[in-house]
Amino acid sequence: MNESMDFLLWTRGTAFDVSVAIFIVGMLIRLFEIVSLGRGRDLAAPRGTEFLPGIRTILSRTLPYGGTFKRQPLTVIAGYLFHIGLLVSLLLFIPHIELFRETFGFGWPGLPNPIVDAAAVLGITGLLAALWNRLTNPVMKMLSDSEDYLVWILTFLPLLTGYLAYHRMINPYPLAMGLHILSIELLLVLFPFTKLMHTFTLFLARWYNGAMSGRRGVES
Amino acid sequence: MTGATLERGLNAFKEQVDAPVAAFFSSCVNCGMCAEACLFYTETGDPKYTPIRKLEPLRRVWEQEYTVLGKLKKMLGLARPVTDELLQEWQELLYDSCTLCGRCAMVCPVGNDISYMVRKAREGMVASGNSPADVRSAAERAVRIGSPMGLKYKALAAQIKRIETESGIKIPLDVEGADYMPLLSSMEIINFPEYIEALARIFRQAKVSWTLCSEAFEATNTGIQIGSSDIARELVQRIVDGAEKLRVKCVIAPECGHAYTSIRWEGPNLIGRPFPFKVLHILELLDELRASGRIKTENLSNERMTFHDPCSIVRKGGVIDSPRELMAMVSTNFVEMQDHGKWNWCCGGGGGVSANTNAEALRLKVFKRKKDQIEQTGATKLITACANCRLVIEEGLEEYHVELPLEGLTELVAQHLVEDK
Ligand code: SF4
Ligand code: SF4
Repeated sequence: MNESMDFLLWTRGTAFDVSVAIFIVGMLIRLFEIVSLGRGRDLAAPRGTEFLPGIRTILSRTLPYGGTFKRQPLTVIAGYLFHIGLLVSLLLFIPHIELFRETFGFGWPGLPNPIVDAAAVLGITGLLAALWNRLTNPVMKMLSDSEDYLVWILTFLPLLTGYLAYHRMINPYPLAMGLHILSIELLLVLFPFTKLMHTFTLFLARWYNGAMSGRRGVES
Repeated sequence: MTGATLERGLNAFKEQVDAPVAAFFSSCVNCGMCAEACLFYTETGDPKYTPIRKLEPLRRVWEQEYTVLGKLKKMLGLARPVTDELLQEWQELLYDSCTLCGRCAMVCPVGNDISYMVRKAREGMVASGNSPADVRSAAERAVRIGSPMGLKYKALAAQIKRIETESGIKIPLDVEGADYMPLLSSMEIINFPEYIEALARIFRQAKVSWTLCSEAFEATNTGIQIGSSDIARELVQRIVDGAEKLRVKCVIAPECGHAYTSIRWEGPNLIGRPFPFKVLHILELLDELRASGRIKTENLSNERMTFHDPCSIVRKGGVIDSPRELMAMVSTNFVEMQDHGKWNWCCGGGGGVSANTNAEALRLKVFKRKKDQIEQTGATKLITACANCRLVIEEGLEEYHVELPLEGLTELVAQHLVEDK
């Protein structure tokens, strides 16, 4: 019991500080790397504007194009399932919000535990389906490299360990919590250096796409 | 193009990386959805044609030159280098199987504009000597002779003379201070001279002040297709010089997709300054003439017609509504294809593919998408607004034994034009 308690304290102390620091610094470096490359000024007379079309594309790409859905329903459904499951578990689980409140002094309302629990199950299912898809769909199989599988594991572990801890399926409890926190720290440390970065860079990508098309008078 | 080496190629790739490229590569999650938008994948089922995969050489250069981890990997010798063999293998992917149609850029969930990057990656392919030989020689002809098909002004002069005698309409040449200066594509001069006559009739009726320019009439730009900004710049500069010499107010891009991209969107960036004249696509000008009541049509056809959207003019050019307005001027029975406008499917011959003999078999194969789309509409006539699309579609339909007449929209408007004789 004591050993697992020490482990938990370590994950909540030093390990946490170090991984958050790596996450923040790494992210800033990566974003700087991208934005500092800049973009040449476009000298062609515009037909439309950039800003609003850019914002519009940031929002509109959240929904799939109907033609894609018809051709690859599994990719779309699994994608939605695990993203929603992840976000609900991360942001609307009351203990997570309380932790946030303790650290930053403010929070927001969460969802009842059974609902978050269900979301976590859907998230796990979605991730398993996405993995199956990656291993069997010929296009994804060809595109994927070791990083895609690493990223999958990094995303899967926090959900899995959180689920196991919540249902007291690992004992003693401090060990379960420690493993859960450690899995998140692993995620944080590798986040800036893998395609997990898409969480943030997709806003840039969508904006550039929407803005460049918008300038030509096309909604993308 | 002389002295192309791997090193030059790598430098060219490096120079092409900008913030959008870095954001795109950072965001790709290898979900494969772009494949579903690309006719080269949907019609072959071969995953190697997945759009984002076509960019592997550029992606490696970005990773190894512009990311912390990539630089580290390169230092430790863990990075996969870009080699001549890789580039040779990728020639098929970056040229034969991409028409720069931009459809993939519409569906990627993280917002990657893949065709923007293919255009850029081709710069590295040219600099490293990995562009297809016949597109390269077309580009050389364009620089040396003035046209990719080796066509000189004499050929145009002969067509002008013929049209003037047959139609009795004078075609203004090198008139200083005219408002509009239309450009032509070689294909129009050789295969579809009806276009020139149509212009002459419409402009006479609308009392448009216009002129052709004997020094700058060719609109096609092989530099854009092959991916060489140096060549593209030289060809654009000729047009700018011609237009500035004649002091025209507006240059008119012809019924040709990539010509519009080159002069309208890339042109000013290539020569490094904004143009002192406007650039319009011919369909935009016709639509303006329609809206201001300067041209009218009669005896509308009730034949079932459909319209093929040239990617560069519509999805990548923003001329989306004008063709619809103009179709309504000529037909009472116009039907849209299922995916149309900014969602259209490419004919398979854009972006230099139709000039590339290596790509011929593949191009005819993937044309099936367009063929099916056309057949679905039940139309008995196909209209388009790009001489290249037109030739590619004609050839494709022949390959699939489909009989269907094709016409250019400008000619069709001229056929229905109300003329004061
Ligand atoms: S659709 Fe976008 S994110 Fe998905 S594989 Fe293609 S480029 Fe990458
Ligand atoms: S631009 Fe068109 S042809 Fe090229 S990869 Fe994208 S969808 Fe395919």
